[in-house]
Amino acid sequence: MVNNNPESIHDVKGVPIHSVHQHDVVIVGAGLAGLRAAVEVAGDHDTAVITKVFPTRSHSGAAQGGIAASLANEEEDHWEWHMFDTVKGSDYLGDQDSIEILVREAPVVVREFEHYGVPYSRTSEGRIAQRKFGGHTKDFGRGGPVLRACYAADRTGHVLLHTLYEQCIKHKVRFYSEYYALSLIIEDDICRGLVAWDMINGGVHVIRAKAVLFGTGGYGRVFKITSNAFANTGDGLSLTMRAGIPLEDLEFVQFHPTGLYKQGILVTEGARGEGGYLLNGKGERFMEKYAPEKMELAPRDLVSRSIQTEINEGRGINGEDYVHIDIRHLGRENILKKLPQIHELALKFLHVDCIEEPIPIQPTAHYSMGGIPVDKYGRVLADGKEKLVKGFYAAGECACVSVHGANRLGTNSLLEASLFGRRAGMAMDEFLHDTEDFAPIPPEAAQAALKEVDTMLSADGDEKLVDIRTEMQEKMMQKCGIFRDAGSLREVLDDIHSLQDRFSRIKVSDRSKTFNFDLIEAIELGHMLEFAEIIVAAALNREESRGAHSRTDFPERDDKNWLKHTLAWKKDGKIEFDYKPVTITRFQPKERKY
Amino acid sequence: MKKLTFKINRYNPDDERRGHFMQEYEVEVPSGHTVLDCLNDIKWNQDGTLTFRRSCRSGICGSCAMTVNGVNMLACETQALALGTDTITVEPLRGCEVLKDLVVSLEPLVNGLYAVKPYLIADAPPPTDQERFQSVEERDKLDGLYECILCGACTSSCPSFWADKEYIGPHGLLKAYRFIADSRDTGEQEHMEALDDKHGLWRCHSIFNCVEACPKDLNPTRAIVELKKKLVKGKVG
Ligand SMILES: Cc1cc2nc3c(=O)[nH]c(=O)nc-3n(C[C@H](O)[C@H](O)[C@H](O)COP(=O)(O)OP(=O)(O)OC[C@H]3O[C@@H](n4cnc5c(N)ncnc54)[C@H](O)[C@@H]3O)c2cc1C
Ligand code: FES
Repeated sequence: MVNNNPESIHDVKGVPIHSVHQHDVVIVGAGLAGLRAAVEVAGDHDTAVITKVFPTRSHSGAAQGGIAASLANEEEDHWEWHMFDTVKGSDYLGDQDSIEILVREAPVVVREFEHYGVPYSRTSEGRIAQRKFGGHTKDFGRGGPVLRACYAADRTGHVLLHTLYEQCIKHKVRFYSEYYALSLIIEDDICRGLVAWDMINGGVHVIRAKAVLFGTGGYGRVFKITSNAFANTGDGLSLTMRAGIPLEDLEFVQFHPTGLYKQGILVTEGARGEGGYLLNGKGERFMEKYAPEKMELAPRDLVSRSIQTEINEGRGINGEDYVHIDIRHLGRENILKKLPQIHELALKFLHVDCIEEPIPIQPTAHYSMGGIPVDKYGRVLADGKEKLVKGFYAAGECACVSVHGANRLGTNSLLEASLFGRRAGMAMDEFLHDTEDFAPIPPEAAQAALKEVDTMLSADGDEKLVDIRTEMQEKMMQKCGIFRDAGSLREVLDDIHSLQDRFSRIKVSDRSKTFNFDLIEAIELGHMLEFAEIIVAAALNREESRGAHSRTDFPERDDKNWLKHTLAWKKDGKIEFDYKPVTITRFQPKERKY
Repeated sequence: MKKLTFKINRYNPDDERRGHFMQEYEVEVPSGHTVLDCLNDIKWNQDGTLTFRRSCRSGICGSCAMTVNGVNMLACETQALALGTDTITVEPLRGCEVLKDLVVSLEPLVNGLYAVKPYLIADAPPPTDQERFQSVEERDKLDGLYECILCGACTSSCPSFWADKEYIGPHGLLKAYRFIADSRDTGEQEHMEALDDKHGLWRCHSIFNCVEACPKDLNPTRAIVELKKKLVKGKVG
């Protein structure tokens, strides 16, 4: 029964009345996905965004290279070409109906950003400038690389994020900045809001809403070497799992070929797009061996495997675990104009002036292809297939529609986050027009969250947070990284179990309510240990190699048995799998060569 | 590897009695470690209560601006050994309300931003099927203006801000000029509205602290000078 009596919304056990709020829409996450959705609904509906970092600190702002759209501003291009590249890049695991939406609506979304004020770099005709990126080609892969990535120097994510924040200010979006989502309130497959922690003052809050959207981003922090920010701990995934919803295709983790050595900080693929070379310890352009046609501009999974193979076979620089990216031949002016941030990052973090010297790099954990299963309108699927959770939406890196399948092409994810954020915004708008009443909040709604905070704030065991986290990151990197096999995966699954056990005995030393990052780091580690288990179990379960999932004991792609999506749940302490078919419309699976 | 002493200005509102105090930590610093790496090392291995903001650790999100050896900078892109001192003093951004340890309130920063209508204002609706055109030269005018990461290093270094917490601040004025300088924007009047005010442009006495403080090498004072010219011109005309 729908209960819209304002009295009843205050009745949440353990939460003071002034900490219960109500908005039509509450969005978790202020990256491109969350903010783009907010801009879409804010005009007509009371919209709130909660985010654990101040909005413009979201990791979307770190994206460098570009956002894909077949604008054909610089040379001939077509959405059909973009579609083919994305399907092939996904190793045929991407759902082609979703991919078709992605590539057809891309020009609209990218231009709309310009209309909002994004300072894109420009062509000599004053149009949005475009550059090359790995896996994006002409003429259904028959031609060379195509100029498709729209960019603003190497600060594309920064300009998109800041512009969306500006639009949110314009549209009077309400921000709960530095609030941390602790749990979802879902009952009878109806989402009724969420519970959050006020990081600034301390205290549990309940936000009642007709629609909730997750745009909680990626989880690179599960791995030792990563391009991701400290905040990228994938909270949204385990929050969803805890609500009894499966996760899709979590075994597919993208390792970006070029992270700054030891740091993991990204050197954009744009550096190769502009003409950078990869060189091994013998000074060879080793991509010749692995992708004779596309060379450095082959897709990421392939380039990362190539680099790792060179390193594993002793051909790293001085036999060590890195190779070089060389952009010196682009010249000072070009480097400073088109790749200023790369120049600055290499200088500040490695003392390397890339105008004079090559940059030491190694592959770095970068992107999650899998995530919360959603349909084309961003609606979360309770069973991963058809059944909806009413009022619950997800978009961006935390979601899986699946446009990236087994491997994402560069520049497709800023696009995905914005485009499916926008679509989810539209879907919520429609849903809200048909939904007059707020669903009631059960009085017990905040119990789990309250208990979690209480447990952590009094955790006084003998295990150090940093030890558990570091061990998880190292083991995941070694045993569930670019190359995997049954042996290594079984080992790391055991490791995760024992780390989970040790986690129950951690110590949280900060006991205060105000800005307690010790508490937040503990809660985040709990999340990571939960879904890392799914990543590993799904990787062990999928006995083939496809895209970014490379099993040395099953080196071939196996379309007969594995051309399907994984759905994974945790039920009564055990992981269960189900599957759903891949949607194939225009392009039949073929051997993938570059 | 070198042993450094970190002297950190601490404050916990839940322990009001203690107030603000300096606490020292010794850290073994390998070469390549940034100030943020060192703070993390302290937090994770010595004192879990030490509190500071951080996220991207690559100088782009703006979380980790703080005062190191008296100068505002981003902790994540500052090499600890390169500072050249055996003791490194770390304090929260000056002139800001401290919430805890190195964490300051972002409220004045946000207010200054909101004041200038920080979004593109265009009279004419954009074309429906393509982008607005902007020449390379017009776009070049935005270089040095659009890269702001809202870290607060500039505004918190400004004596005018220390004296007046309602001052829009160099970050807000830079933002205003970023739009006014944009060939696509027609909202000059609207962005300027809040500027001709005692909390606006005239608070700036060209002390240039902001220019020195900006970790992204932007030049808010230049933007402010341009804005002042516009305001004066508008009044005469
Ligand atoms: C260094 C780097 C460079 C990249 N470059 C490119 C590129 O050039 N082109 C491209 O297409 N893609 C690129 N990507 C990928 C792309 O940037 C991301 O996939 C995309 O920005 C994700 O956006 P998002 O909105 O889903 O998440 P994010 O931008 O990561 O935002 C997540 C949000 O969720 C919030 N949040 C998370 N958990 C909680 C919680 N528990 N409570 C409250 N709030 C929470 C965070 O505060 C944050 O606001 C890059 C990625 C990296 C790491
Ligand atoms: S952590 Fe992002 S700027 Fe320092």
